Amino acid sequence: MGALDSVFARTRGEGRGALIGYLPAGFPTVDGSVDLFKGMVDAGCDLVEVGVPYSDPVMDGPVIQAAAETALKAGFRLRDLFTVVEAVSAAGGRAVVMTYWNPVFRYGVDAFSRDLAAAGGLGIITPDLIPDEGADWIAASEAHGLDRIFLVAPSSSEERIASTVAASSGFVYATAVMGVTGARDQVGTSAAGLVERTRAHTSLPIGVGLGVRSGAQAAEVASFADAVIVGSAFVTRAQEGVPGVRALAAELADGVRTAPTPIG
Amino acid sequence: MTDEKPEVDPHAPGQHDPDTKGHFGPYGGRFMPEALIGALDELSAEYDKARLDPEFTAEFTRLLRDYAGRPSLLTEAPRFAEHAGGARVFLKREDLNHTGSHKINNVLGQALLTKRMGKERVIAETGAGQHGVATATACALMGLDCVVYMGEVDTERQALNVARMKLLGAEVIPVTSGSRTLKDAINEALRDWVTNVDTTHYLLGTAAGGHPFPVMVRNFHKVIGIEARAQFLEQTGRLPDVVTACVGGGSNAIGIFHGFIDDPGVRLVGIEPGGKGIETGEHGATLGHGSPGMLHGAMSYLLQDEDGQTTEAYSISAGLDYPGVGPEHAWLKDTARAEYRSATDDEAMHAFQLLSRTEGIIPAIESSHALAGALKLGQELGPEGHILVNLSGRGDKDMDTAAKYFGFYEES
Repeated sequence: MGALDSVFARTRGEGRGALIGYLPAGFPTVDGSVDLFKGMVDAGCDLVEVGVPYSDPVMDGPVIQAAAETALKAGFRLRDLFTVVEAVSAAGGRAVVMTYWNPVFRYGVDAFSRDLAAAGGLGIITPDLIPDEGADWIAASEAHGLDRIFLVAPSSSEERIASTVAASSGFVYATAVMGVTGARDQVGTSAAGLVERTRAHTSLPIGVGLGVRSGAQAAEVASFADAVIVGSAFVTRAQEGVPGVRALAAELADGVRTAPTPIG
Repeated sequence: MTDEKPEVDPHAPGQHDPDTKGHFGPYGGRFMPEALIGALDELSAEYDKARLDPEFTAEFTRLLRDYAGRPSLLTEAPRFAEHAGGARVFLKREDLNHTGSHKINNVLGQALLTKRMGKERVIAETGAGQHGVATATACALMGLDCVVYMGEVDTERQALNVARMKLLGAEVIPVTSGSRTLKDAINEALRDWVTNVDTTHYLLGTAAGGHPFPVMVRNFHKVIGIEARAQFLEQTGRLPDVVTACVGGGSNAIGIFHGFIDDPGVRLVGIEPGGKGIETGEHGATLGHGSPGMLHGAMSYLLQDEDGQTTEAYSISAGLDYPGVGPEHAWLKDTARAEYRSATDDEAMHAFQLLSRTEGIIPAIESSHALAGALKLGQELGPEGHILVNLSGRGDKDMDTAAKYFGFYEES
């Protein structure tokens, strides 16, 4: 039902992995982040993850923590998120939101979903909301036509993978390594195993995140996953402005095209 | 009148336990990354077995007795009580436990569980350093590796406890992110845990966090309330009118409250840190002036802005300087089984000095908030009143803060 299905239908049709790029909204400023996202879309991101800067990002390493702090110090407000999503969508990009759950809860789960859908957002990735606690979100996502991207981890049991993918739509987010966000020299060998275990329970596309920073890594991940998710590396390159994120997006977009993606 | 009860098992499942997913009413649960759910499931399963295992509970009880020094005393404080409207005031002396606070109860229980799970590394957060010291102590006793995360601000104001932890063999990692206090120490400990969960137990120090921590930590501290109830009956032949305790994360309070939770005539009053005054916005009165939301793995009350960003708490006491609170307290507040008030820095420091000078007992600044609450409760109750205060820790660690507050350094 979700709009994300068409993204993956296209990338699968082209026999390649999708490229998903992350930045926090409002980093370094609200307008600045819109320009960065447009550059990422233009240079080859099939989908962008618009992050909500949050005071207590326990799943994030130092790079994204610092970016969130920069955005909050620059005065980011939650309503700015919708401005960013709307601008990305208007420019032809496709956006999902990645957010810790308390800001959504505080805004009102239904109201947040309504406003995100109105801004053109396609779904929410929820790093600290598991389906077990997600009844409100599941109802709101159905009501407003948003996709629910829950996470699976190398430590997830078969039973938890099964229940998590059953509650998911759009795609499933597989965390490649046990740890926080941040570019790594090697993407854990656990990633391929986790994707394989997850495929046994779902035909949904599977995206792999945590640690990817280069075209070669993107090619490697795209050989076993449907999408390659890159965050911290984009945040680091954002220091060079739009040319920096464009260059990285172009490199990664080449990467996801140099290896055949398995049909899930 | 006496109110005899059979011996109480603090570990037995009962009507005050959360549901199987860890919910106390709408609070609690698990708002945690999926990567940690496996570890929480493992911990839940192990704890559910251990709490029913006579060998485990006997070993825990033996350690509390032979190592921590339990039962702790119940001491009447008559000279202090003269300032409390003439009500009788009794102190549950958790300050006399080994390591100087109630924290040792929970730490011994979780360290035993760590061994049962076959893990060899323990991480912990600490604010005032009491939980860090207690954890380092238990790890030394049981031969576990220990890493303690502590906000940089707190390492400065609690330097003595940093030295104690190092002496005990723990590694202390100053946390420089965010407000550089307890909240950020928990964030950093969670980041460590998600990276090292296979080998590591996160020995959380308060009755907060994702299930099963709130119920498990509570049960390890229930001994405070069970002892205090029996001692109070023995010394006075009756139950107290009010039981009061300070509330940061809320572990000492939930432990003593549970001794009396089925005594409807006993009021349970938690005292939160009022800091520089509620009106200044510089306080840590989460239940009194916060709102529902999730932080560090559970739904509860927290201090937050309109956008759901956690706001900084403030208190003169590092151990209460926390913008969240355990989920069961949120439920006790909503159901009106407990009341929550606040005491300011100045009120707490007044009580700190008063207890020192009237009874020769130097309390922790954290516990001094409960003492300040007792002074007011005594005025309200009058001479017929009977008040039980949880003196959750001793104040040696606070000497530098106190000397500065009272200007002792200038005098010398």
